[in-house]
Amino acid sequence: MTLVGWAQIALFCAVVIALVKPLGWYMNRVFSGERTFLSPVLRPIENSLYKIAGVNERSEQDWLTYAVSMLIFHIGGFLILYVLLRTQGFLPFNPQGMTAVAPDLSFNTAVSFITNTNWQNYGGETTVSYLTQMLGLTHQNYLSAATGIVVAIALIRGFARASTRNIGNFWVDITRCTLYVLLPICIPLALFLVWDGIPQTLGAYVDATTLEGAKQTIAVGPVASQVAIKMLGTNGGGFFNANAAHPFENPTAFSNFIQMVAIFALGAALTNVFGRMVGNQKQGWAILWVMGVLFIAGVAVCYWAEAAGTTGINDLGLVGGNMEGKEVRFGIPASALFAVITTAASCGAVNAMHDSFTALGGMIPLINMQLGEIIVGGVGAGFYGMLIFIVIAIFVAGLMVGRTPEYVGKKIEAKEVKMAMLAILVLPLMYLGFTAVASVLPSALASIANPGPHGFSEMLYLYTSSTANNGSAFAGITGNTPFYNITGAIAMFVGRFFMIVPALAIAGSMAEKKIVPPSAGTFPTTGGLFVGMVVGVIVIVGGLTFFPALALGPIVEQISMTRNMLF
Amino acid sequence: MFKLLRPAFVLLVSLTVITGLIYPLAMTGLAGALFPKQAQGSLIVRDGKVIGSELIGQSFTSDRYFRGRLSATTGTDPSDPSKTVPQPYNAANSMGSNLGPTNKALIDRVKGDVEKLRAENPSTPVPLDLVTTTASGLDPDISPAAAYFQVPRVAKARNLPEADVKQLVDRHIESRLFGLIGEPHINVLALNLDLDRVAAR
Repeated sequence: MTLVGWAQIALFCAVVIALVKPLGWYMNRVFSGERTFLSPVLRPIENSLYKIAGVNERSEQDWLTYAVSMLIFHIGGFLILYVLLRTQGFLPFNPQGMTAVAPDLSFNTAVSFITNTNWQNYGGETTVSYLTQMLGLTHQNYLSAATGIVVAIALIRGFARASTRNIGNFWVDITRCTLYVLLPICIPLALFLVWDGIPQTLGAYVDATTLEGAKQTIAVGPVASQVAIKMLGTNGGGFFNANAAHPFENPTAFSNFIQMVAIFALGAALTNVFGRMVGNQKQGWAILWVMGVLFIAGVAVCYWAEAAGTTGINDLGLVGGNMEGKEVRFGIPASALFAVITTAASCGAVNAMHDSFTALGGMIPLINMQLGEIIVGGVGAGFYGMLIFIVIAIFVAGLMVGRTPEYVGKKIEAKEVKMAMLAILVLPLMYLGFTAVASVLPSALASIANPGPHGFSEMLYLYTSSTANNGSAFAGITGNTPFYNITGAIAMFVGRFFMIVPALAIAGSMAEKKIVPPSAGTFPTTGGLFVGMVVGVIVIVGGLTFFPALALGPIVEQISMTRNMLF
Repeated sequence: MFKLLRPAFVLLVSLTVITGLIYPLAMTGLAGALFPKQAQGSLIVRDGKVIGSELIGQSFTSDRYFRGRLSATTGTDPSDPSKTVPQPYNAANSMGSNLGPTNKALIDRVKGDVEKLRAENPSTPVPLDLVTTTASGLDPDISPAAAYFQVPRVAKARNLPEADVKQLVDRHIESRLFGLIGEPHINVLALNLDLDRVAAR
C-alpha cells in the first residue's frame, strides 16, 4: 500500500461527501414536485407526457397500486428488450450484422437489465447490435435505475408522512426521475467521457493494419452515452465484454475517477433526501456514517490484499502485488477501490478482473454483495436495503430495553419486522440455494474455469451477484449455458422484486401510522451508538448467513495460498 | 388494474424513445461535432491508412519494438472457423485471463515468462506488468520500469545507443493526474511510433 494510493481513496471519499448535500437538495425538490432550474425546459415535456398517458399528477397511489404499476412497467420493458434481442438481425443500426441472440441467453439478458443487474453472459462487441445497445440496453439502464430511486423515495415518504395511505404516484416519480435527475447529469457526463476518449459513433468496426503488419479489428459504437448511465444508474452492463477495463469504456485514470464518483453520487445523496424528508438531515448523515464505516473497512482489506499479492507470484521474486487482470493506467489502488465501490453499490462494472483477485481481495466484493449492497448501494436499492436493516436494528434495540421501537417518530411493529425479515431471508435462500445445487450438478461444474476452492467461489459469486443485482462476475466461469442462464435469471428476478415489494409494503404501513413525538425513552437515531448498533446488526446478520459459504471458497483458498498449494 | 395499462404503455414507449433513441443519437451528433477524433475511436492514420487507435494496445513480437503486456484475447482460427485460438490484442473480443491466484496454470505461465525475461536482461529486476495479463486484453500501456527493462534489447536490435532509446522512454512517461490519480504509464504504440521516427532519421 502506498501513501498516494490512500490519498486517492481519501480524495474520492471527499468528492462524494461534497456532492451529498447539493444533490440531496436537488432530488428532494424534484420528488416534492417543486420548481427547479430545469423546469422551464422540462415542464412542458412532462405535462404533455401526463396528458397522453392520462396521468393526474396530483392523484397519488397506495403502496399496492404503486407496486403493481411498477411491475406492469417492468413486464413491458422485459418484452421490448426480449423482442429486440431476438429480432436484432432484421433491424437497423447493425453494421456488424449481429444475428438473433439465443432464447435462453435473451431471457437471461432481458431479466438482467430490467432488474438493474446487468449480468452479462454475452460479450457486447460480439453479440448485440447498436440498436440493441441503445434502444434495449441504454434505455433499461435508465428505467431500472429510475425504478430503484423511486422505490427508495416511496419508502422515505412512508417514514416521513403520517396517517395517509398514499406513498406517491409511480408514473410521476419515474418520469421526473428520468427527466430531471438522470438525463441532465448523463448528458454532460457522456460528453466528458467522449472528450476523454470514449467513442460515440454509429460507424462500423474499424480495420487497422498494425505497426507489425497484422490486421486488427477495433470495435467501436455509441459507447459514451451508455457508459454515462451505466455508472450513474449503478447498472454496470458494459458496452464491451471487458467492461470498464476496456480502454474505450474507461480510457484514463481521470475517467476512472469520475466514473467511480458517478457510481456513488446518487446513492449517497439519497441519505440526504431521507434526512430532508423526515425533517432532520442528521438522520441522513447517520445512515451515511454506517455506510462509510463498512466501506472503508472493505477498501482497507481489499487494497491491502491486492497490494500484498499472492504467494505464488511473490515467490518468483516479483514485487508490486497482484497485477494479473489489472490495467497499468489504474494500477492496484484504483483497481481495488473500484472493486469495492462497484459491489458496495449494485453497479457491477469492473475495471479489473475480479476472478484474478487474491482470495481475500476477491472476498470483499462477495461480502459487499451478500450484505445486500447497502453501502451506498444501487441507486435506491441500497437505500431501501439499508432501511430494512435499520428496521431490524431498531427492533433489536427495542428488545434490549423492552420498549416498542421507534424510528424517526414511527413505531416499528410486527408487520414491518416481518417484511424486513422476508427481504433479508430471501436473498441468501437464492444465492446459497442455487450455489448448493450447482455444486452437485456435473453439467454446472463443467462451467468452472479455475480448479480448487476458487471454482466454488466462481459459482458462489455468480449467484450472489445475480441475487444482489450487481452484475460483476468471477468471469472465468462459462455462464452462458441453459442452466446458468435460467437459474441466474430466477435469482436476479427474486433478488430484485422480493426486495422491492416488501420495501413498498413497509412504506405503506409506515405512511398510515401517526407520528410519535420523541420522549425520554426514545432511542436517538442520529448518534454514534445508533451507527454502531446498525453496523453491528449488519455484520452479525450478514456474517451468520454467509460465513460458512465463504469458508468453503475464499477463506480456504487464502489458507491454501499461504501454504503454496496450487490447483 | 386496466386503468394502469394506459400510463404504462404511453410512458414506457415515450421514455424508451427518449432514453433509447433521442438521447444516444443526440449524443452521437454532439460528440461528432465537438470531439470528432475521440468519437471515432482516437484512430491513428498514416498515409491514409488506419494503423490503430491511440487507446488500444497492439501485439508486438519483434525485438525492434517495445512490447506491451500479455493479452488473453481469442479469435476464430483463420484456417478453421469453427475453432477459437489465442489472438492477443483482438480489439473485437476483449477479455482477461480470469486465472485465479491459486491456479497452477497461472503460476507456471508467469514462471516461464520470468525465466525468458531474466535471460534477456539479467541485470534488471523483472517488472510485474510484463508477466501479467491485462484485464481487457487491450491495455495500451506499460509501466516506466517495464519500458526501461526493454531498452537494451530494443537498442541492440536497432543499432541505436541505449542512451538515446532511454531518453525516448523518458519523454513518453505520462505521470499521475494532479500527482495523485492513477499510475505513471507509457503508451506502447506511441512510443514505438516515435521509435520508428527516430530510427528513420
